[in-house]
Amino acid sequence: MLLQKSLSKFGSYVLLMKRTFSVPDRWSEFFRRLLAEIYKLGYDSIAIVVTISIFIGAVITIQMTLNIMSPLIPAYATGLATRDVLLLEFSSSIMCLILAGKVGSNIASEIGTMRVTEQIDALEIMGVNSANYLILPKITALVLFIPVLVVLSMFTGILGGFLVGWFTSIITASQYEYGIQTMFNEYYIWYSIYKSFVFAFVISSVASFYGYTVKGGALDVGKASTESVVVSSVMILMLDVVLTKLLLQ
Amino acid sequence: MIEVKDVCKSFEGKTILHHVSATFYAGKTNLIIGQSGSGKTVLMKSIVGLIRPDAGEILYNNKNFLAMSDTQVRSLRSEIGMLFQGSALFDSLTVLENVMFPLVMFTRDSYKERVKRAEFCLERVNLKGANQLYPSEISGGMQKRVAIARAIALNPKYLFCDEPNSGLDPQTSILIDELVSDITREYNITTVINTHDMNSVMGIGENIIFLNKGHREWVGTKDDIFTATNEAFNNFVFASNLFKKVKEYMIAKGE
Repeated sequence: MLLQKSLSKFGSYVLLMKRTFSVPDRWSEFFRRLLAEIYKLGYDSIAIVVTISIFIGAVITIQMTLNIMSPLIPAYATGLATRDVLLLEFSSSIMCLILAGKVGSNIASEIGTMRVTEQIDALEIMGVNSANYLILPKITALVLFIPVLVVLSMFTGILGGFLVGWFTSIITASQYEYGIQTMFNEYYIWYSIYKSFVFAFVISSVASFYGYTVKGGALDVGKASTESVVVSSVMILMLDVVLTKLLLQ
Repeated sequence: MIEVKDVCKSFEGKTILHHVSATFYAGKTNLIIGQSGSGKTVLMKSIVGLIRPDAGEILYNNKNFLAMSDTQVRSLRSEIGMLFQGSALFDSLTVLENVMFPLVMFTRDSYKERVKRAEFCLERVNLKGANQLYPSEISGGMQKRVAIARAIALNPKYLFCDEPNSGLDPQTSILIDELVSDITREYNITTVINTHDMNSVMGIGENIIFLNKGHREWVGTKDDIFTATNEAFNNFVFASNLFKKVKEYMIAKGE
């Protein structure tokens, strides 16, 4: 029964994506909405990404220093480990989990509210492909802007580590700086960006699906919003394993 | 003209529409009336294609809507305007932008032409000075007027109104009814109104279809109401003491 329900939901999701990925009725309107969505979903997320990354970067640096403190391990290893944790996992996967909460719930509740207030029906009656009109700009905006957020998260996360070096005596800034340059692999950045493209698609499309298919009233919009965050988070975690295996091996 | 022939619809085994047939005429205000749960909204949503009926035919000027291709449906929909129960205005757009929306999506008009047309439609529904306000900043009656202005922006051939008076005071309801009725005659639109407001029925009911538990029970005009013999129809129409008294008065007067 659960499997049947899940398959039915997946089928509906695929059909919705098929309607979404069609040629927009008006390109000018699509680009206008795309810019608005980039601002709303991407630009408006910069503050939370920067804040979280700085603090997590600082915490990782402190924890690394305290945990690997040993005469056998050089002090710069803290910088190296912090950098790799941020580049490989935090700035893409964990940041996308956070964005699934912020951006995903925003998308699901916005589209869900449009559904229960018949705004989507109004679009359909006019002859507008509502899925294409509402969802495509959101998916495109997040997929286009996610590399900016990922790179910003990497940069500010590493900066957070630096702040620990500057303001505490746990590690010196020069040791940390040396560490983050040691054995640097540029591919880790690309690996993170590739992963984030997939995660951005998952966040925006899953949230749009839950919002678009909501039935009922305000309570159901809330439920759909929560469900979309849970489902996209689980999918991000599962895809993280698959993508890591595919991209790093 | 729209013809509905033998339309049936069920949800999860429960039949909502039983072989409903009706004709809706151009230039007239066609009313679908009935109690809550009688199938009015399902019938209207079936006619406009938001719900697909299980059986039957829906003919727009003799063309079967249910047999149309997606392109034909989209083309037909550009000739349809709809006023929803909750107005369904786009929250993120101003009043003027809401009315301009169909013009943006379906015409090649310049920005100036679109603004001119939108302002004309807003003036036609007697709404001035609210162009730059958002739907949340205007009253329910004004929202309905904006929705009507948006519905007529593309000069539709068909206008559907789902409970246009819900949530409005009696005076505003009458104004909305008169507005819809005037627009219907002025542009020779086939207007279909879904309502259970008896003031609307008595005021603008030129072609009334009464639904009861998914069955079409009665068809007539507002002038036929007092002589109707259908029991379910009479129970519905004369449910309130006021209308019972009106009926008694009319019968006593011999009308």
